[in-house]
Amino acid sequence: MQVIVNGEPREVPDDATVESIVETVTRAPSGVAVALNGVIVRRGDWATTAPREADRLEVLTAVQGG
Amino acid sequence: MSARTKDRAGERSEAMSDELVIGGESFESRLIMGTGGAPSMAALDEALVASGTELTTVAMRRVSPTAHGSVLDVLRRRGIRVLPNTAGCFTAGEAVLTAKLAREALETNWIKLEVIADERTLLPDPVELLTAAEQLVADGFVVLPYTNDDPVLARRLEQAGCAAVMPLGSPIGSGLGIRNQHNIELIVEQAAVPVVLDAGIGTASDAALAMELGCDAVLLATAVTRARNPAQMAAAMRHAVVAGRLAKAAGRIPKRRYAQASSPWEGIGGG
Repeated sequence: MQVIVNGEPREVPDDATVESIVETVTRAPSGVAVALNGVIVRRGDWATTAPREADRLEVLTAVQGG
Repeated sequence: MSARTKDRAGERSEAMSDELVIGGESFESRLIMGTGGAPSMAALDEALVASGTELTTVAMRRVSPTAHGSVLDVLRRRGIRVLPNTAGCFTAGEAVLTAKLAREALETNWIKLEVIADERTLLPDPVELLTAAEQLVADGFVVLPYTNDDPVLARRLEQAGCAAVMPLGSPIGSGLGIRNQHNIELIVEQAAVPVVLDAGIGTASDAALAMELGCDAVLLATAVTRARNPAQMAAAMRHAVVAGRLAKAAGRIPKRRYAQASSPWEGIGGG
């Protein structure tokens, strides 16, 4: 299926979870947060949260700013 | 030990305990740093150390696969507390979501709340700002809002439960200094929470002036990160904030129209 990861369409396995998708984006062990369709997914729920076709996943971290 | 010596020791210990307290946390440094605009992570690291800061802002952005080094690593290594911001948010909704993402990613409920009105001025949108502040306070955040130099809005933000108010001196990155000193003084006069002069600082004298006006701290980034020598400017800012704080406490002399001799007139020879 296709999901939108950080604004880019991406093909992922049908059984993909937030956790498996995040692992393809970053290997940082901490400092990362995820929103699925504009709603926060807590780290403890990544492994059990399964995105659906066309869902929007945002994977954010801290950068220089302010 | 004479009474005089004791008094002096007392004064010293009082001076040493002159800490900035925000949201129940104490800081010896009254210089809060931003991290945007540094030419490299190494230059940023050097500047942060030279500034003596204990609290430093970061922005939340999409993970970039090409990013080299992490600003978080620098802050962790230096023992500097991280203050995430909501830079780039135009609505209360965006800012609240960004704050929650920052809380999740960085395990802090502190947030520098920025809700800007447009890209040309980067001025805060007062209506969205207050709405976001109310929602975040209700959700348990320690909210530090970047606000206009408007005493009424500052009061409303404080009433909403913000842990500090952070009025701008002039637009972000402009280096125009403090354009409305009178308003900053009015904000300081009425505030029961710390007032942090945020944005517009161009050079050390601007930071000193902010403290002389009675601000509790200064937040700056561009003035240091885009200076020709960031670490040197960071050191200048550190000294300026201390100097301004001391000068405010010491009490400046009144301004006079004409001279007042500092040497005595009595006993002038040769007359």
